Amino acid sequence: MSIKVRYFASLKESVGRSEDDLTFTGLLTVNEVWNRANLGKPLPGNILAAVNMEYVEFDNIVKDGDEVAFFPPVTGG
Amino acid sequence: MSIKISTEAFDPYQEIQDYQNARTGNIGAVGATSIFIGTMRDFNEGAAVKGMTLEYYPGMTEKQLERIITEAQQQWRFIDCLVIHRVGNILPNESIVLVAVWSSHRGDAFDASRYIMEALKSKAPFWKKELLVTENERWVANNTNGYNTPEIPG
Repeated sequence: MSIKVRYFASLKESVGRSEDDLTFTGLLTVNEVWNRANLGKPLPGNILAAVNMEYVEFDNIVKDGDEVAFFPPVTGG
Repeated sequence: MSIKISTEAFDPYQEIQDYQNARTGNIGAVGATSIFIGTMRDFNEGAAVKGMTLEYYPGMTEKQLERIITEAQQQWRFIDCLVIHRVGNILPNESIVLVAVWSSHRGDAFDASRYIMEALKSKAPFWKKELLVTENERWVANNTNGYNTPEIPG
């Protein structure tokens, strides 16, 4: 399976890239996607996650072709 | 209902006028218009700020704003709504956000516009990075809850 992982704002700066393409077999949760893409680097505590542009919990299972995003609390307006 | 992400400076008063002029079908039904305009300050959290960059998540930002408007429509009766949010490089005194709601009665216009604005602040994926007068840059860490924590000018 293949998914796209995206990072935004301060998290993009701290991981040093804006996206990853991740290929894997079996089932992965959003949390495992982070670990796979970031080689076990701890996920900062306040980070939010989205799959296909909808907010999700970190135990959600991802599917082939999904776009998974990680980002800090939003600060618009 | 209209959502716009603007990469250029916009004049919220002109946008409201243009939007109303294009929707003559609403004339007669509208009895109340509530407008919120958010403007960039030149200070924040004790520091002088000379500029800001607003990042967003193209696609998700619009999707979340649409959801917020739908949620508002489920709670209040309003005729139309316009949301504009600036992205990119912004200077003090430029508009960041416009929320305008047109309804028949004032309660719906006030409450729906407040809801849309507060939900935007907590759910719509935008991120601000400030450029301080000292040339240091810093990300804004989080938004306050507008219902509970009034900002005290400082």
